Amino acid sequence: MKASAALRKEADAGDCWNGFRPGDWLSSINVRDFIVRNVTPYTGDEAFLAGPSQRTKAVWAKLQPYFTEERKKGVLAVDAQTPSTLLAHKAGYIDRDNEIIVGLQTDQPFKRAIFPFGGLRMVEAGLKAAGFEPDPAVHKAFTNYRKSHNDGVFDAYTPEIMNCRRSGIITGLPDAYGRGRIIGDYRRVALYGIDRLLEAKRAERKQIDGMWPSDDIIRLREELSDQMRALEDLASMAKLYGRDISKPASNAQEAFQWTYFAYLGAIKEANGAAMSIGRISSFLDIYIERDLKEGVLDEGRAQELWDQLVQKLRIVRFLRTPDYDALFSGDPYWATECVGGMDLDGRTLVTKSSYRMLHTLSNLGPAPEPNITVLWSSHMPATFKRYCATVSRDTSSLQYENDDLMRPFWGDDYGIACCVSAMRLGKQMQFFGARVNLAKALLYAINGGRDEVSGEQVAPETLPVAGDFLDYDDVMAKFDTTMEWLARTYVHAMNCIHYMHDKYFYERLEMALHDRDILRTMAFGIAGLSVVADSLSAIKYGKIRVARDANGLVVDYQNEGNKATPQFGNNDDRVDQIAADIVTSFMGKLRKHPTYRNATHTQSVLTITSNVVYGKATGNTPDGRRKGEPFGPGANPMHGRDSHGWLASCLSVAKLPYKDAQDGISYTVSVAPQKAHLSESQLIDEAVKAFDLYFDRGGFHMNLNVIDKDTLEDAMKNPDKYPQLTIRVSGYAVNFVRLTPEQQRDVISRTFHGQI
Amino acid sequence: MSTVQILEPGSRYDLRAGISPDAPDESQLRDEEGAFGYCHSYETSSRYDGPGLRVVLFVSGCLLRCTYCHNPDTWHLKDGTYVSADHVLGRLGDFAPALLPLGGGLTISGGEPMVQLAFTRRIFAGAKALGLHTAIETSGFLGDRADESYVSNIDLVLLDIKSSDPDTYRRVTGRDLAPTLRFAERLASLSKPVWVRFTLVPGETDDPANVDGIARFVAPMKNVEWVEVQPFHQMGAFKWKALGLDYKLLNTAPANRELTDRVIGQFRAAGCRVR
Repeated sequence: MKASAALRKEADAGDCWNGFRPGDWLSSINVRDFIVRNVTPYTGDEAFLAGPSQRTKAVWAKLQPYFTEERKKGVLAVDAQTPSTLLAHKAGYIDRDNEIIVGLQTDQPFKRAIFPFGGLRMVEAGLKAAGFEPDPAVHKAFTNYRKSHNDGVFDAYTPEIMNCRRSGIITGLPDAYGRGRIIGDYRRVALYGIDRLLEAKRAERKQIDGMWPSDDIIRLREELSDQMRALEDLASMAKLYGRDISKPASNAQEAFQWTYFAYLGAIKEANGAAMSIGRISSFLDIYIERDLKEGVLDEGRAQELWDQLVQKLRIVRFLRTPDYDALFSGDPYWATECVGGMDLDGRTLVTKSSYRMLHTLSNLGPAPEPNITVLWSSHMPATFKRYCATVSRDTSSLQYENDDLMRPFWGDDYGIACCVSAMRLGKQMQFFGARVNLAKALLYAINGGRDEVSGEQVAPETLPVAGDFLDYDDVMAKFDTTMEWLARTYVHAMNCIHYMHDKYFYERLEMALHDRDILRTMAFGIAGLSVVADSLSAIKYGKIRVARDANGLVVDYQNEGNKATPQFGNNDDRVDQIAADIVTSFMGKLRKHPTYRNATHTQSVLTITSNVVYGKATGNTPDGRRKGEPFGPGANPMHGRDSHGWLASCLSVAKLPYKDAQDGISYTVSVAPQKAHLSESQLIDEAVKAFDLYFDRGGFHMNLNVIDKDTLEDAMKNPDKYPQLTIRVSGYAVNFVRLTPEQQRDVISRTFHGQI
Repeated sequence: MSTVQILEPGSRYDLRAGISPDAPDESQLRDEEGAFGYCHSYETSSRYDGPGLRVVLFVSGCLLRCTYCHNPDTWHLKDGTYVSADHVLGRLGDFAPALLPLGGGLTISGGEPMVQLAFTRRIFAGAKALGLHTAIETSGFLGDRADESYVSNIDLVLLDIKSSDPDTYRRVTGRDLAPTLRFAERLASLSKPVWVRFTLVPGETDDPANVDGIARFVAPMKNVEWVEVQPFHQMGAFKWKALGLDYKLLNTAPANRELTDRVIGQFRAAGCRVR
């Protein structure tokens, strides 16, 4: 849009924008433009970083008893009477004297809120599981007077979808709680202030007032009205904390506070599975740099802002149900923040605040939240690459994603929703869709659409396999048919879910921090990819005899060939190609079916921790996996089958095509520090080279665990938790949990104390 | 027809019975010298067996019977899978583009690589053609078999000298020491880079005189870049048990820090670059 006088509001900003380089961001809502014009790339090392301030330590000390108590008791408190909204709760504090960033989800830390607009059932189940009583008034309101998202979806579901849900072939759908995976561009509040954002929304609304009121236009008008009310409520929420956010932030402290208020508003309004914060480090760094230049801030205070913001992000809590926890263990909420990457002009977006964000892991100790994601580019400064590898070694708290792979798709101002879902900030959202169990689908194909556990006819009846041995072409043809049906049913279910979510549980604040016209993706997902690939490989390269139960259902498989068959994770094209083809094939089938709001189909290969639940619900598979055994997580090879070292494993996963899995391909790696004869510094260099290699070869994601001594000691006590923990001693690799206790102790002393 | 059990997790470390997915169909067999050989297993991510990241190929067949061997499942040629050198080089070629930027290469270990001289010769030559750094881990017992052209395709020799005393050597390995020392001297005369590896087994090889003997022998050799002291461990014990072999070191404690430091000190005192 041309910069009209009406939209040029530089004067209104007062002194807030003093010292910033002008650009399109002055005349339109354009945070990306502001960043690339004003960011100060940093290519030095971490020597400048400061430790935690006294105030940070004081706030942290106040929080410790809550953490301890929560580990013992679980949910500490819930406000069961008050459905959460921007203004539902009065202001809450941890330590008013020492908090420099304020704002809590409710009026007390660790007191959780309820979100019945998503579904009353989920709220009441969550309350009961945590030992709290549901509130009768809330029950009555959401039974007699107000319909929820959950009610709406089940009104629209078909018996077939219900069957799929029950049998576990489609699981984790956001049909009873907030869908999440939407990232408001929270930075807009800091850069523009609420008044200016409202004005832009009014202009967007005015443009469609003249349009004929089709369903789409009516919905859009209603949504824009809701969005504007949400912005007004956000300003009122800030007032509860004594802050006026109607104008842009005028210094770093305000920029942090305004941005956090926007995020806080989002988590008061929505309880999505994943509530990412986006990509704030290098944006906020611009404010820090300005304050440093003006002499009103020093490094200690700059780090203090980061530490205290991160403290807030670490105490986000939602009320979940036991079923939910089984899928996503450890109470996660994915407050994902992206650091690093490059801009489209080839300059790095690494700033001192990229370091400061990572440094919170030292100042506050390691933690899974916020989910710090390094957007890895081979062009990033070598110093920053080394710092990331060092932090990974010390904390295992970072994940890495391939900026060089994503930038051509999403530009240079995207964030990551949840774990691996890239989206342009303020310009794109997704309809989250959990995942289907492809391994089960393969078993349905073999059994003519019947469930291998219950015997129920879930998929339409087709011819089951005949004879005693599986034939590759026959199974592939049947699997193809099953995948066609599954893709159609899946899109069908997703359309119902997101229609109702928009209708009953619209994320008015998060969407207010988007442009009006955005790209919507519908994010499908698959689980069990490595099981399917290994199974198809077994059928192709082995001789698989089937065993049937009394009802003629195939329930087991035996390889009677004279050798083992290729398995995913060993850089063996014979099976890696099968895995890649499955990804492409299922994506193609999804794309055949129109989506709600004309969303673009995408797909992820991601399970988070649900690989265990999926495995539990799935019978024996032709690859030799036993009934109930967990799948490999995400795109990982099955536990222990990637038997030739991490290099081979990485290269297999890197072959999966991102173009057909644009919602991300998750890969988790655990490594033990392999001392060999390298110095610490050489080890870091080697790690950096390994990252560069993996990402240059097209790898998308790496969730890196560096196994430390504590982990090994824990593995001695709880071997079940570490089925695939591999360690190396003197050039010799072993499966740790299979060693005797004496050997394990030997390994621990060797790996962590010895030079050898 | 045999019924093959699907390999269970952790298979890399387990005993092998000729059931690798890399086993060829019988119709592909060709009778050309060194065109086929027996491979036990391979791994792709070692940082220990030479510079950079190593693909380590474990070939089967060994004439020594070291009492502390951690790979007794590679002693017999047919403990391995019969595969073609072309196949091995094809697999290696899949990894070569990744190994090069990581400064790595191929290490052939075993077993004793020189048992299958023609086969490993082809593989070393093929690895060099791929531009890779090459290393061999050997006891040197068959060093006389390694002609000039064989050695010329090897960039680094990881030479295991288990003892300097012929009697100890025979007791520990069942073989003569002399060929190993002869091979070491020949490598010195060729200025071929060598890392000497010494496995420190309490009660077997830890006698100070034994250590000093090796140190004195190695110290003058300018081609020896490192002496590496490898403390004995019990990780291979389960293999002895599974193979029904008589494992004499069942009650031998792993080499502790103190002992290891003493031995490293001895090498250092003799003027060796040791780690």
